Amino acid sequence: MNAVPAQPEELSQNQAQGYTVARSFWQKEAVLAYLFMVPGALILLIFMAYPFFYGLYISMTDRFVGIPGSHFIWFENYRYLLDDPVFRKVVRNTFVYSFVTVPFKLVLGLGLALVLNQQFRFSRFFRAGLLLPWIVPTAISTLAFLMLYNGTLSPISWAFRHLGLMNGNINFLGDPVNAIISICVANIWRGVPFFGISILAGLQAVPDDLHEAAALDGAGAWRRFWAVTWPVIRNIVLISTLFSIIWTFADFQLIYVLTKGGPANSTHVFGTYSYQTLGVTDLGTAASISLYMFPFLAVFAIILLFYVRRED
Amino acid sequence: MAMVGSNRMQNRWIQLYIPLIFFLLFLIFPFYWMLIVSLKPDADLLNTKLNPFLLYHVTIGHYTYLFTNTNFVRYVWNTMVVTVGSTVLSLFCSILIGYALGRFRFRGGGFLGSAIFLAYLVPPTLLFIPLSQVVTKLDLYNKYWALILTYPTFLIPFASWLLMGYFRTIARDLEDAAMVDGASRLQAMRTIVLPLAMPGVLSAGIFCFTLGWNEFLYALVFMGSGNMKTVPVGVVTDLIRADVYFWGSLMAAGILGSVPVAIAYSFFVDNYISGLTAGATKG
Repeated sequence: MNAVPAQPEELSQNQAQGYTVARSFWQKEAVLAYLFMVPGALILLIFMAYPFFYGLYISMTDRFVGIPGSHFIWFENYRYLLDDPVFRKVVRNTFVYSFVTVPFKLVLGLGLALVLNQQFRFSRFFRAGLLLPWIVPTAISTLAFLMLYNGTLSPISWAFRHLGLMNGNINFLGDPVNAIISICVANIWRGVPFFGISILAGLQAVPDDLHEAAALDGAGAWRRFWAVTWPVIRNIVLISTLFSIIWTFADFQLIYVLTKGGPANSTHVFGTYSYQTLGVTDLGTAASISLYMFPFLAVFAIILLFYVRRED
Repeated sequence: MAMVGSNRMQNRWIQLYIPLIFFLLFLIFPFYWMLIVSLKPDADLLNTKLNPFLLYHVTIGHYTYLFTNTNFVRYVWNTMVVTVGSTVLSLFCSILIGYALGRFRFRGGGFLGSAIFLAYLVPPTLLFIPLSQVVTKLDLYNKYWALILTYPTFLIPFASWLLMGYFRTIARDLEDAAMVDGASRLQAMRTIVLPLAMPGVLSAGIFCFTLGWNEFLYALVFMGSGNMKTVPVGVVTDLIRADVYFWGSLMAAGILGSVPVAIAYSFFVDNYISGLTAGATKG
Protein backbone atom coordinates (compact mmCIF):
# COMPACT_ATOMS: atom_id res chain seq x y z
CA MET A 1 0.00 0.00 0.00
CA ASN A 2 3.02 2.23 0.43
CA ALA A 3 3.81 1.51 -3.19
CA VAL A 4 1.44 4.01 -4.76
CA PRO A 5 3.03 6.48 -7.18
CA ALA A 6 6.31 8.01 -6.28
CA GLN A 7 5.38 11.49 -7.42
CA PRO A 8 1.61 11.86 -7.25
CA GLU A 9 1.74 15.53 -8.23
CA GLU A 10 2.95 14.53 -11.68
CA LEU A 11 -0.06 12.37 -12.44
CA SER A 12 -1.85 13.20 -15.65
CA GLN A 13 -5.61 13.50 -15.71
CA ASN A 14 -5.91 9.94 -17.05
CA GLN A 15 -3.66 8.42 -14.49
CA ALA A 16 -5.44 10.23 -11.74
CA GLN A 17 -8.69 8.72 -12.91
CA GLY A 18 -7.09 5.28 -13.04
CA TYR A 19 -5.94 5.83 -9.54
CA THR A 20 -9.45 6.55 -8.36
CA VAL A 21 -10.74 3.43 -10.10
CA ALA A 22 -8.04 1.43 -8.39
CA ARG A 23 -8.92 2.99 -5.07
CA SER A 24 -12.55 2.08 -5.40
CA PHE A 25 -11.60 -1.52 -6.11
CA TRP A 26 -9.17 -1.33 -3.27
CA GLN A 27 -11.96 -0.46 -0.92
CA LYS A 28 -13.91 -3.46 -2.10
CA GLU A 29 -11.06 -5.82 -1.36
CA ALA A 30 -13.04 -7.68 1.27
CA VAL A 31 -16.02 -8.13 -1.07
CA LEU A 32 -13.78 -9.52 -3.78
CA ALA A 33 -12.00 -11.76 -1.30
CA TYR A 34 -15.22 -13.41 -0.19
CA LEU A 35 -16.34 -13.70 -3.79
CA PHE A 36 -13.12 -15.54 -4.65
CA MET A 37 -13.80 -18.02 -1.87
CA VAL A 38 -17.17 -19.07 -3.22
CA PRO A 39 -16.34 -21.88 -5.70
CA GLY A 40 -13.89 -23.63 -3.40
CA ALA A 41 -16.04 -23.07 -0.34
CA LEU A 42 -19.06 -24.62 -2.08
CA ILE A 43 -17.15 -27.83 -2.80
CA LEU A 44 -15.70 -28.00 0.70
CA LEU A 45 -19.09 -27.35 2.28
CA ILE A 46 -20.96 -29.97 0.23
CA PHE A 47 -18.30 -32.68 0.24
CA MET A 48 -16.47 -32.07 3.49
CA ALA A 49 -18.37 -30.03 6.10
CA TYR A 50 -21.79 -31.53 5.38
CA PRO A 51 -20.55 -35.16 5.35
CA PHE A 52 -18.79 -34.54 8.64
CA PHE A 53 -22.00 -33.53 10.42
CA TYR A 54 -24.01 -36.10 8.51
CA GLY A 55 -21.48 -38.69 9.69
CA LEU A 56 -22.02 -37.60 13.27
CA TYR A 57 -25.73 -38.15 12.76
CA ILE A 58 -25.27 -41.58 11.11
CA SER A 59 -23.00 -42.66 13.94
CA MET A 60 -25.89 -42.09 16.35
CA THR A 61 -28.31 -44.30 14.44
CA ASP A 62 -28.68 -48.04 14.04
CA ARG A 63 -28.76 -47.75 10.28
CA PHE A 64 -27.84 -50.61 7.94
CA VAL A 65 -26.99 -50.27 4.25
CA GLY A 66 -29.97 -51.09 2.05
CA ILE A 67 -32.44 -51.31 4.93
CA PRO A 68 -34.76 -48.33 5.04
CA GLY A 69 -35.44 -46.59 8.31
CA SER A 70 -33.35 -46.28 11.41
CA HIS A 71 -33.61 -45.23 15.01
CA PHE A 72 -31.73 -42.49 16.74
CA ILE A 73 -29.80 -44.23 19.48
CA TRP A 74 -27.53 -41.48 20.80
CA PHE A 75 -24.10 -42.83 21.73
CA GLU A 76 -25.06 -46.49 21.75
CA ASN A 77 -22.64 -47.36 18.89
CA TYR A 78 -19.78 -45.61 20.63
CA ARG A 79 -20.52 -47.42 23.87
CA TYR A 80 -20.88 -50.75 22.10
CA LEU A 81 -17.43 -50.30 20.56
CA LEU A 82 -15.79 -49.79 23.96
CA ASP A 83 -16.81 -53.38 24.78
CA ASP A 84 -15.73 -54.73 21.40
CA PRO A 85 -12.43 -56.65 21.77
CA VAL A 86 -11.52 -55.98 18.12
CA PHE A 87 -12.01 -52.26 18.61
CA ARG A 88 -9.64 -52.33 21.59
CA LYS A 89 -7.05 -53.95 19.37
CA VAL A 90 -7.75 -51.26 16.78
CA VAL A 91 -6.93 -48.53 19.28
CA ARG A 92 -3.78 -50.29 20.43
CA ASN A 93 -2.61 -51.03 16.88
CA THR A 94 -3.21 -47.50 15.69
CA PHE A 95 -1.16 -46.05 18.51
CA VAL A 96 1.63 -48.57 18.00
CA TYR A 97 1.51 -47.98 14.27
CA SER A 98 1.68 -44.19 14.45
CA PHE A 99 3.99 -43.73 17.44
CA VAL A 100 6.44 -46.63 17.26
CA THR A 101 7.23 -45.94 13.62
CA VAL A 102 7.86 -42.21 14.13
CA PRO A 103 11.22 -42.39 15.96
CA PHE A 104 12.54 -44.74 13.26
CA LYS A 105 11.34 -42.52 10.45
CA LEU A 106 12.75 -39.48 12.19
CA VAL A 107 16.21 -40.89 12.91
CA LEU A 108 16.57 -42.55 9.52
CA GLY A 109 15.20 -39.45 7.79
CA LEU A 110 17.69 -37.26 9.64
CA GLY A 111 20.45 -39.63 8.58
CA LEU A 112 19.25 -39.52 5.00
CA ALA A 113 19.16 -35.72 5.07
CA LEU A 114 22.69 -35.51 6.48
CA VAL A 115 23.92 -37.85 3.74
CA LEU A 116 22.17 -35.98 0.95
CA ASN A 117 23.37 -32.63 2.28
CA GLN A 118 26.95 -33.57 1.37
CA GLN A 119 28.45 -32.92 -2.00
CA PHE A 120 29.14 -35.93 -4.16
CA ARG A 121 28.85 -37.04 -7.73
CA PHE A 122 25.34 -37.67 -9.10
CA SER A 123 23.87 -36.38 -5.84
CA ARG A 124 20.79 -34.99 -7.61
CA PHE A 125 20.16 -38.36 -9.18
CA PHE A 126 20.46 -40.16 -5.84
CA ARG A 127 18.19 -37.61 -4.24
CA ALA A 128 15.42 -38.19 -6.75
CA GLY A 129 15.84 -41.96 -6.51
CA LEU A 130 15.79 -42.11 -2.73
CA LEU A 131 12.51 -40.20 -2.65
CA LEU A 132 10.66 -42.84 -4.62
CA PRO A 133 9.10 -44.69 -1.66
CA TRP A 134 7.19 -41.57 -0.70
CA ILE A 135 6.22 -40.59 -4.23
CA VAL A 136 4.91 -43.81 -5.70
CA PRO A 137 1.25 -44.74 -5.01
CA THR A 138 1.25 -46.54 -1.66
CA ALA A 139 -1.20 -49.20 -2.78
CA ILE A 140 1.24 -50.12 -5.53
CA SER A 141 4.51 -50.06 -3.59
CA THR A 142 2.84 -52.06 -0.84
CA LEU A 143 2.31 -54.82 -3.40
CA ALA A 144 6.09 -55.20 -3.54
CA PHE A 145 6.06 -55.69 0.24
CA LEU A 146 3.17 -58.13 -0.08
CA MET A 147 5.46 -60.32 -2.13
CA LEU A 148 8.54 -59.69 0.02
CA TYR A 149 6.43 -60.92 2.95
CA ASN A 150 4.92 -63.88 1.07
CA GLY A 151 4.91 -67.17 2.94
CA THR A 152 6.73 -69.20 0.29
CA LEU A 153 8.21 -66.71 -2.18
CA SER A 154 9.75 -64.21 0.24
CA PRO A 155 13.36 -63.48 -0.74
CA ILE A 156 14.02 -62.50 2.88
CA SER A 157 13.12 -66.01 4.03
CA TRP A 158 15.22 -67.40 1.18
CA ALA A 159 18.25 -65.38 2.25
CA PHE A 160 17.88 -66.46 5.89
CA ARG A 161 17.56 -70.08 4.87
CA HIS A 162 20.61 -69.93 2.67
CA LEU A 163 22.70 -68.20 5.32
CA GLY A 164 21.79 -71.13 7.54
CA LEU A 165 19.99 -68.88 10.01
CA MET A 166 16.72 -70.78 9.91
CA ASN A 167 15.18 -73.89 8.37
CA GLY A 168 11.68 -72.83 7.38
CA ASN A 169 10.11 -69.67 6.03
CA ILE A 170 9.23 -66.65 8.11
CA ASN A 171 5.51 -66.29 8.67
CA PHE A 172 5.48 -62.54 8.10
CA LEU A 173 1.78 -61.83 7.77
CA GLY A 174 0.16 -64.93 9.26
CA ASP A 175 1.24 -64.30 12.82
CA PRO A 176 -0.28 -61.31 14.69
CA VAL A 177 2.98 -59.96 16.14
CA ASN A 178 5.01 -60.53 12.98
CA ALA A 179 2.26 -58.94 10.94
CA ILE A 180 2.33 -55.71 12.96
CA ILE A 181 6.11 -55.55 12.75
CA SER A 182 5.97 -56.16 9.00
CA ILE A 183 3.38 -53.42 8.58
CA CYS A 184 5.48 -51.00 10.63
CA VAL A 185 8.59 -51.74 8.54
CA ALA A 186 6.70 -51.00 5.32
CA ASN A 187 5.40 -47.77 6.86
CA ILE A 188 8.88 -46.73 7.97
CA TRP A 189 10.15 -47.46 4.47
CA ARG A 190 7.50 -45.18 2.98
CA GLY A 191 7.96 -42.37 5.51
CA VAL A 192 11.75 -42.01 5.68
CA PRO A 193 12.05 -39.95 2.46
CA PHE A 194 9.44 -37.44 3.67
CA PHE A 195 11.46 -36.75 6.80
CA GLY A 196 14.65 -36.84 4.75
CA ILE A 197 13.60 -34.20 2.28
CA SER A 198 11.98 -31.89 4.84
CA ILE A 199 15.01 -31.97 7.09
CA LEU A 200 17.30 -31.54 4.10
CA ALA A 201 15.50 -28.29 3.27
CA GLY A 202 16.11 -27.18 6.86
CA LEU A 203 19.77 -28.17 6.76
CA GLN A 204 20.35 -25.92 3.79
CA ALA A 205 19.54 -22.97 6.03
CA VAL A 206 22.35 -23.85 8.45
CA PRO A 207 25.08 -21.25 8.02
CA ASP A 208 28.39 -22.81 6.98
CA ASP A 209 30.56 -20.22 8.71
CA LEU A 210 28.96 -21.05 12.05
CA HIS A 211 30.00 -24.67 11.59
CA GLU A 212 33.52 -23.61 10.70
CA ALA A 213 33.77 -21.28 13.67
CA ALA A 214 32.59 -24.03 16.00
CA ALA A 215 35.08 -26.46 14.45
CA LEU A 216 37.88 -23.95 15.00
CA ASP A 217 36.83 -23.70 18.62
CA GLY A 218 37.46 -27.41 18.83
CA ALA A 219 33.85 -28.61 18.91
CA GLY A 220 33.46 -32.18 17.68
CA ALA A 221 30.89 -33.24 15.10
CA TRP A 222 28.43 -34.36 17.77
CA ARG A 223 28.57 -31.08 19.68
CA ARG A 224 28.46 -29.05 16.48
CA PHE A 225 25.29 -30.89 15.46
CA TRP A 226 23.49 -30.04 18.71
CA ALA A 227 24.83 -26.50 19.01
CA VAL A 228 24.67 -25.32 15.41
CA THR A 229 22.48 -27.61 13.30
CA TRP A 230 19.74 -28.69 15.69
CA PRO A 231 18.42 -25.23 16.62
CA VAL A 232 17.92 -24.48 12.91
CA ILE A 233 16.14 -27.71 12.01
CA ARG A 234 14.21 -28.19 15.27
CA ASN A 235 10.99 -26.68 14.01
CA ILE A 236 10.97 -28.48 10.70
CA VAL A 237 11.59 -31.76 12.55
CA LEU A 238 8.65 -31.02 14.82
CA ILE A 239 6.33 -30.11 11.97
CA SER A 240 7.30 -33.17 9.92
CA THR A 241 6.73 -35.38 12.96
CA LEU A 242 3.23 -34.00 13.49
CA PHE A 243 2.35 -34.45 9.82
CA SER A 244 3.62 -38.00 9.93
CA ILE A 245 1.68 -38.89 13.07
CA ILE A 246 -1.56 -37.55 11.61
CA TRP A 247 -1.13 -39.35 8.29
CA THR A 248 -0.10 -42.64 9.88
CA PHE A 249 -2.92 -42.50 12.42
CA ALA A 250 -5.48 -42.20 9.64
CA ASP A 251 -3.80 -44.62 7.23
CA PHE A 252 -5.75 -47.18 5.27
CA GLN A 253 -4.16 -48.49 2.11
CA LEU A 254 -0.94 -49.95 3.45
CA ILE A 255 -2.74 -52.20 5.93
CA TYR A 256 -5.60 -52.92 3.56
CA VAL A 257 -3.19 -54.25 0.94
CA LEU A 258 -0.94 -56.21 3.32
CA THR A 259 -3.36 -57.88 5.73
CA LYS A 260 -6.87 -56.39 5.37
CA GLY A 261 -6.73 -56.27 9.16
CA GLY A 262 -5.99 -59.98 9.55
CA PRO A 263 -5.00 -62.52 10.70
CA ALA A 264 -8.16 -62.84 12.81
CA ASN A 265 -8.72 -59.06 12.98
CA SER A 266 -5.41 -58.60 14.81
CA THR A 267 -3.89 -55.81 12.69
CA HIS A 268 -6.86 -53.50 12.13
CA VAL A 269 -6.53 -49.74 12.49
CA PHE A 270 -9.47 -47.31 12.55
CA GLY A 271 -9.66 -46.99 8.77
CA THR A 272 -9.58 -50.69 7.92
CA TYR A 273 -11.95 -51.74 10.70
CA SER A 274 -14.40 -49.07 9.69
CA TYR A 275 -14.23 -50.23 6.08
CA GLN A 276 -14.76 -53.85 7.08
CA THR A 277 -17.75 -52.90 9.24
CA LEU A 278 -19.21 -50.97 6.32
CA GLY A 279 -18.77 -54.16 4.30
CA VAL A 280 -21.11 -55.99 6.68
CA THR A 281 -23.53 -53.10 6.03
CA ASP A 282 -23.53 -51.77 9.59
CA LEU A 283 -23.39 -48.10 8.70
CA GLY A 284 -23.88 -46.60 12.16
CA THR A 285 -21.10 -48.57 13.80
CA ALA A 286 -18.76 -48.05 10.85
CA ALA A 287 -19.25 -44.28 11.09
CA SER A 288 -18.61 -44.36 14.84
CA ILE A 289 -15.34 -46.22 14.37
CA SER A 290 -13.91 -43.62 12.03
CA LEU A 291 -15.25 -40.71 14.09
CA TYR A 292 -13.43 -42.07 17.13
CA MET A 293 -10.31 -40.78 15.36
CA PHE A 294 -11.59 -37.24 15.40
CA PRO A 295 -10.62 -35.98 18.89
CA PHE A 296 -7.11 -37.28 18.49
CA LEU A 297 -6.68 -35.85 15.00
CA ALA A 298 -8.11 -32.51 16.10
CA VAL A 299 -5.60 -32.14 18.93
CA PHE A 300 -2.63 -32.92 16.71
CA ALA A 301 -3.94 -30.78 13.86
CA ILE A 302 -4.29 -27.77 16.14
CA ILE A 303 -0.79 -28.20 17.56
CA LEU A 304 0.51 -28.47 14.00
CA LEU A 305 -1.42 -25.39 12.92
CA PHE A 306 0.08 -23.48 15.83
CA TYR A 307 3.64 -24.32 14.79
CA VAL A 308 3.07 -23.72 11.08
CA ARG A 309 1.42 -20.37 11.78
CA ARG A 310 4.18 -19.34 14.15
CA GLU A 311 6.69 -19.92 11.39
CA ASP A 312 4.64 -17.88 8.97
CA MET B 1 50.06 -35.61 4.78
CA ALA B 2 49.44 -39.14 3.67
CA MET B 3 47.86 -39.85 7.02
CA VAL B 4 45.61 -36.84 6.80
CA GLY B 5 44.58 -37.97 3.33
CA SER B 6 43.68 -41.48 4.39
CA ASN B 7 41.89 -40.11 7.42
CA ARG B 8 39.78 -37.94 5.17
CA MET B 9 39.06 -40.93 2.97
CA GLN B 10 38.04 -42.93 6.00
CA ASN B 11 35.72 -40.14 7.13
CA ARG B 12 34.20 -40.01 3.68
CA TRP B 13 33.37 -43.72 3.92
CA ILE B 14 31.84 -43.41 7.35
CA GLN B 15 29.93 -40.23 6.71
CA LEU B 16 28.88 -40.74 3.13
CA TYR B 17 29.44 -44.01 1.28
CA ILE B 18 28.39 -46.53 3.92
CA PRO B 19 25.16 -44.73 4.90
CA LEU B 20 24.43 -44.03 1.24
CA ILE B 21 24.74 -47.72 0.40
CA PHE B 22 22.50 -48.60 3.34
CA PHE B 23 19.80 -46.15 2.22
CA LEU B 24 20.02 -47.33 -1.38
CA LEU B 25 19.56 -50.95 -0.30
CA PHE B 26 16.72 -50.17 2.07
CA LEU B 27 14.78 -47.65 -0.01
CA ILE B 28 15.37 -48.90 -3.55
CA PHE B 29 15.30 -52.65 -3.05
CA PRO B 30 11.48 -53.00 -3.28
CA PHE B 31 11.57 -51.27 -6.68
CA TYR B 32 14.38 -53.50 -7.87
CA TRP B 33 12.29 -56.43 -6.71
CA MET B 34 9.20 -55.26 -8.60
CA LEU B 35 11.24 -54.79 -11.75
CA ILE B 36 12.89 -58.22 -11.76
CA VAL B 37 9.68 -60.05 -10.81
CA SER B 38 7.83 -58.27 -13.62
CA LEU B 39 10.42 -59.58 -16.09
CA LYS B 40 10.80 -63.10 -14.70
CA PRO B 41 9.08 -66.13 -16.30
CA ASP B 42 6.62 -67.90 -13.99
CA ALA B 43 8.72 -71.06 -14.01
CA ASP B 44 11.66 -69.19 -12.49
CA LEU B 45 9.40 -67.21 -10.18
CA LEU B 46 7.96 -70.28 -8.52
CA ASN B 47 11.19 -72.30 -8.49
CA THR B 48 12.38 -71.94 -4.90
CA LYS B 49 15.73 -73.54 -5.79
CA LEU B 50 16.79 -70.49 -7.79
CA ASN B 51 18.23 -67.37 -6.21
CA PRO B 52 15.20 -65.04 -6.16
CA PHE B 53 17.35 -61.89 -6.23
CA LEU B 54 18.62 -62.63 -9.72
CA LEU B 55 17.07 -62.61 -13.15
CA TYR B 56 17.93 -65.77 -15.14
CA HIS B 57 15.55 -65.37 -18.07
CA VAL B 58 13.70 -62.32 -19.29
CA THR B 59 10.10 -62.26 -20.48
CA ILE B 60 7.71 -59.48 -21.33
CA GLY B 61 4.82 -61.92 -20.98
CA HIS B 62 3.56 -60.35 -17.77
CA TYR B 63 3.30 -56.97 -19.48
CA THR B 64 1.46 -58.36 -22.49
CA TYR B 65 -0.87 -60.30 -20.18
CA LEU B 66 -1.63 -57.01 -18.46
CA PHE B 67 -2.58 -55.33 -21.73
CA THR B 68 -4.50 -58.20 -23.31
CA ASN B 69 -6.12 -60.09 -20.45
CA THR B 70 -6.93 -57.40 -17.91
CA ASN B 71 -8.69 -54.05 -17.80
CA PHE B 72 -5.43 -52.24 -17.10
CA VAL B 73 -5.66 -49.87 -20.08
CA ARG B 74 -9.20 -48.95 -19.15
CA TYR B 75 -8.07 -48.30 -15.56
CA VAL B 76 -5.32 -45.99 -16.78
CA TRP B 77 -7.93 -44.09 -18.79
CA ASN B 78 -10.28 -43.85 -15.77
CA THR B 79 -7.47 -42.56 -13.60
CA MET B 80 -6.52 -39.96 -16.22
CA VAL B 81 -10.09 -38.66 -16.53
CA VAL B 82 -10.60 -38.44 -12.80
CA THR B 83 -7.20 -36.96 -12.05
CA VAL B 84 -7.22 -34.36 -14.81
CA GLY B 85 -10.81 -33.39 -14.04
CA SER B 86 -10.25 -32.95 -10.32
CA THR B 87 -6.95 -31.16 -10.91
CA VAL B 88 -8.48 -28.57 -13.25
CA LEU B 89 -11.40 -27.97 -10.91
CA SER B 90 -9.13 -27.72 -7.87
CA LEU B 91 -6.69 -25.37 -9.56
CA PHE B 92 -9.47 -23.01 -10.58
CA CYS B 93 -10.82 -22.84 -7.03
CA SER B 94 -7.38 -22.72 -5.44
CA ILE B 95 -6.00 -19.89 -7.55
CA LEU B 96 -8.92 -17.74 -6.41
CA ILE B 97 -8.63 -18.78 -2.76
CA GLY B 98 -4.85 -18.54 -2.73
CA TYR B 99 -5.00 -15.09 -4.30
CA ALA B 100 -7.60 -13.85 -1.86
CA LEU B 101 -5.78 -15.20 1.19
CA GLY B 102 -2.34 -14.24 -0.03
CA ARG B 103 -3.03 -10.70 -1.21
CA PHE B 104 -6.22 -9.29 0.24
CA ARG B 105 -6.40 -7.90 3.71
CA PHE B 106 -9.85 -8.59 5.02
CA ARG B 107 -11.69 -9.51 8.14
CA GLY B 108 -11.51 -13.23 8.77
CA GLY B 109 -8.63 -13.76 6.34
CA GLY B 110 -6.36 -15.26 8.97
CA PHE B 111 -9.12 -17.49 10.24
CA LEU B 112 -9.96 -18.74 6.76
CA GLY B 113 -6.28 -19.47 6.11
CA SER B 114 -6.16 -21.61 9.23
CA ALA B 115 -9.40 -23.33 8.25
CA ILE B 116 -7.92 -24.22 4.87
CA PHE B 117 -4.85 -25.69 6.54
CA LEU B 118 -6.97 -27.75 8.93
CA ALA B 119 -9.10 -28.95 6.01
CA TYR B 120 -5.94 -30.33 4.44
CA LEU B 121 -5.40 -32.47 7.53
CA VAL B 122 -8.83 -34.13 7.33
CA PRO B 123 -8.08 -37.68 6.20
CA PRO B 124 -10.33 -39.62 3.79
CA THR B 125 -10.77 -42.34 6.43
CA LEU B 126 -12.70 -39.86 8.57
CA LEU B 127 -15.31 -38.95 5.96
CA PHE B 128 -15.64 -41.85 3.53
CA ILE B 129 -18.77 -43.35 5.09
CA PRO B 130 -21.06 -40.30 5.14
CA LEU B 131 -19.49 -39.17 1.87
CA SER B 132 -20.45 -42.49 0.28
CA GLN B 133 -24.06 -41.70 1.23
CA VAL B 134 -23.78 -38.22 -0.30
CA VAL B 135 -22.31 -39.69 -3.49
CA THR B 136 -25.15 -42.21 -3.72
CA LYS B 137 -27.81 -39.57 -3.06
CA LEU B 138 -26.42 -37.34 -5.81
CA ASP B 139 -26.53 -40.39 -8.10
CA LEU B 140 -22.79 -40.24 -8.70
CA TYR B 141 -21.87 -43.75 -7.56
CA ASN B 142 -19.44 -45.44 -9.97
CA LYS B 143 -19.34 -42.36 -12.20
CA TYR B 144 -16.32 -40.18 -12.91
CA TRP B 145 -17.95 -37.23 -11.18
CA ALA B 146 -17.91 -39.16 -7.89
CA LEU B 147 -14.14 -38.68 -7.71
CA ILE B 148 -13.83 -35.46 -9.73
CA LEU B 149 -15.98 -33.76 -7.10
CA THR B 150 -14.63 -35.47 -3.98
CA TYR B 151 -10.88 -35.35 -4.69
CA PRO B 152 -10.95 -31.54 -4.49
CA THR B 153 -11.75 -31.86 -0.77
CA PHE B 154 -8.08 -32.61 -0.21
CA LEU B 155 -6.66 -31.01 -3.37
CA ILE B 156 -8.16 -27.54 -2.83
CA PRO B 157 -6.84 -27.09 0.72
CA PHE B 158 -3.36 -28.19 -0.28
CA ALA B 159 -3.17 -26.19 -3.51
CA SER B 160 -4.69 -23.07 -1.91
CA TRP B 161 -2.20 -23.22 0.94
CA LEU B 162 0.68 -23.59 -1.51
CA LEU B 163 -0.57 -20.81 -3.81
CA MET B 164 -1.29 -18.49 -0.91
CA GLY B 165 2.39 -18.65 0.00
CA TYR B 166 3.33 -18.19 -3.63
CA PHE B 167 1.15 -15.14 -4.23
CA ARG B 168 2.62 -13.52 -1.14
CA THR B 169 6.10 -13.61 -2.61
CA ILE B 170 5.04 -11.55 -5.63
CA ALA B 171 5.63 -7.86 -4.97
CA ARG B 172 2.47 -5.84 -4.50
CA ASP B 173 4.02 -2.83 -6.23
CA LEU B 174 3.69 -4.34 -9.69
CA GLU B 175 -0.01 -4.88 -9.30
CA ASP B 176 -0.57 -1.49 -7.71
CA ALA B 177 1.35 0.19 -10.51
CA ALA B 178 -0.83 -1.52 -13.09
CA MET B 179 -3.94 -0.35 -11.31
CA VAL B 180 -2.60 3.17 -11.17
CA ASP B 181 -2.24 2.91 -14.92
CA GLY B 182 -5.94 2.25 -15.15
CA ALA B 183 -6.15 -1.52 -15.04
CA SER B 184 -8.90 -3.01 -12.91
CA ARG B 185 -7.93 -5.41 -10.17
CA LEU B 186 -9.08 -8.38 -12.19
CA GLN B 187 -7.06 -7.20 -15.19
CA ALA B 188 -4.01 -6.66 -12.99
CA MET B 189 -4.48 -10.10 -11.52
CA ARG B 190 -4.81 -11.76 -14.91
CA THR B 191 -2.07 -9.91 -16.77
CA ILE B 192 0.50 -9.23 -14.04
CA VAL B 193 0.15 -11.55 -11.07
CA LEU B 194 -0.98 -14.78 -12.68
CA PRO B 195 1.87 -14.97 -15.23
CA LEU B 196 4.36 -14.35 -12.43
CA ALA B 197 2.71 -17.06 -10.36
CA MET B 198 2.81 -19.62 -13.19
CA PRO B 199 5.62 -21.70 -11.64
CA GLY B 200 3.58 -21.96 -8.45
CA VAL B 201 0.42 -22.84 -10.37
CA LEU B 202 2.32 -25.44 -12.36
CA SER B 203 3.74 -27.16 -9.32
CA ALA B 204 0.36 -27.03 -7.56
CA GLY B 205 -1.10 -28.68 -10.66
CA ILE B 206 1.55 -31.42 -10.64
CA PHE B 207 0.88 -32.18 -6.98
CA CYS B 208 -2.87 -32.29 -7.50
CA PHE B 209 -2.27 -34.69 -10.36
CA THR B 210 -0.06 -37.01 -8.33
CA LEU B 211 -2.22 -36.88 -5.21
CA GLY B 212 -5.23 -37.76 -7.35
CA TRP B 213 -3.35 -40.53 -9.14
CA ASN B 214 -2.30 -42.08 -5.83
CA GLU B 215 -5.63 -41.86 -4.00
CA PHE B 216 -7.04 -45.18 -2.89
CA LEU B 217 -9.91 -45.16 -0.38
CA TYR B 218 -12.40 -42.88 -2.16
CA ALA B 219 -11.66 -44.64 -5.44
CA LEU B 220 -12.27 -48.01 -3.78
CA VAL B 221 -15.56 -47.01 -2.15
CA PHE B 222 -17.10 -44.57 -4.66
CA MET B 223 -15.89 -45.96 -7.99
CA GLY B 224 -14.79 -49.51 -7.29
CA SER B 225 -17.07 -51.60 -9.51
CA GLY B 226 -16.59 -53.27 -12.87
CA ASN B 227 -14.47 -51.37 -15.32
CA MET B 228 -14.71 -48.04 -13.49
CA LYS B 229 -11.76 -48.72 -11.17
CA THR B 230 -8.68 -46.55 -11.00
CA VAL B 231 -5.19 -47.99 -11.41
CA PRO B 232 -4.31 -48.50 -7.72
CA VAL B 233 -7.71 -50.03 -6.94
CA GLY B 234 -7.85 -52.12 -10.11
CA VAL B 235 -4.39 -53.53 -9.59
CA VAL B 236 -5.06 -54.47 -5.98
CA THR B 237 -8.55 -55.92 -6.49
CA ASP B 238 -8.28 -57.52 -9.94
CA LEU B 239 -4.88 -59.15 -9.98
CA ILE B 240 -5.32 -60.77 -6.59
CA ARG B 241 -8.16 -63.23 -6.94
CA ALA B 242 -8.86 -65.26 -3.83
CA ASP B 243 -5.53 -66.93 -3.20
CA VAL B 244 -4.22 -66.74 -6.73
CA TYR B 245 -1.61 -64.04 -7.14
CA PHE B 246 -0.49 -63.01 -10.58
CA TRP B 247 2.82 -61.82 -9.21
CA GLY B 248 4.49 -61.03 -12.50
CA SER B 249 1.60 -58.97 -13.84
CA LEU B 250 1.01 -57.43 -10.43
CA MET B 251 4.56 -56.10 -10.36
CA ALA B 252 4.39 -55.09 -14.04
CA ALA B 253 1.28 -53.06 -13.25
CA GLY B 254 3.07 -51.59 -10.25
CA ILE B 255 5.99 -50.46 -12.39
CA LEU B 256 3.76 -48.98 -15.11
CA GLY B 257 1.41 -47.40 -12.57
CA SER B 258 4.17 -45.57 -10.73
CA VAL B 259 6.46 -44.42 -13.53
CA PRO B 260 4.37 -41.39 -14.64
CA VAL B 261 4.00 -40.13 -11.10
CA ALA B 262 7.63 -40.72 -10.25
CA ILE B 263 8.79 -38.69 -13.23
CA ALA B 264 6.40 -35.82 -12.60
CA TYR B 265 7.16 -35.71 -8.92
CA SER B 266 10.92 -35.95 -8.92
CA PHE B 267 11.19 -32.52 -10.52
CA PHE B 268 8.90 -30.83 -8.06
CA VAL B 269 9.17 -32.63 -4.78
CA ASP B 270 11.22 -29.88 -3.16
CA ASN B 271 8.45 -27.36 -3.83
CA TYR B 272 5.92 -29.83 -2.52
CA ILE B 273 7.52 -30.11 0.86
CA SER B 274 8.38 -26.46 1.23
CA GLY B 275 4.79 -25.65 0.27
CA LEU B 276 3.51 -28.06 2.87
CA THR B 277 5.61 -26.78 5.70
CA ALA B 278 5.18 -23.15 4.58
CA GLY B 279 7.78 -20.88 6.09
CA ALA B 280 9.21 -23.51 8.37
CA THR B 281 12.29 -24.00 6.23
CA LYS B 282 13.42 -20.45 6.57
CA GLY B 283 15.06 -21.44 9.81
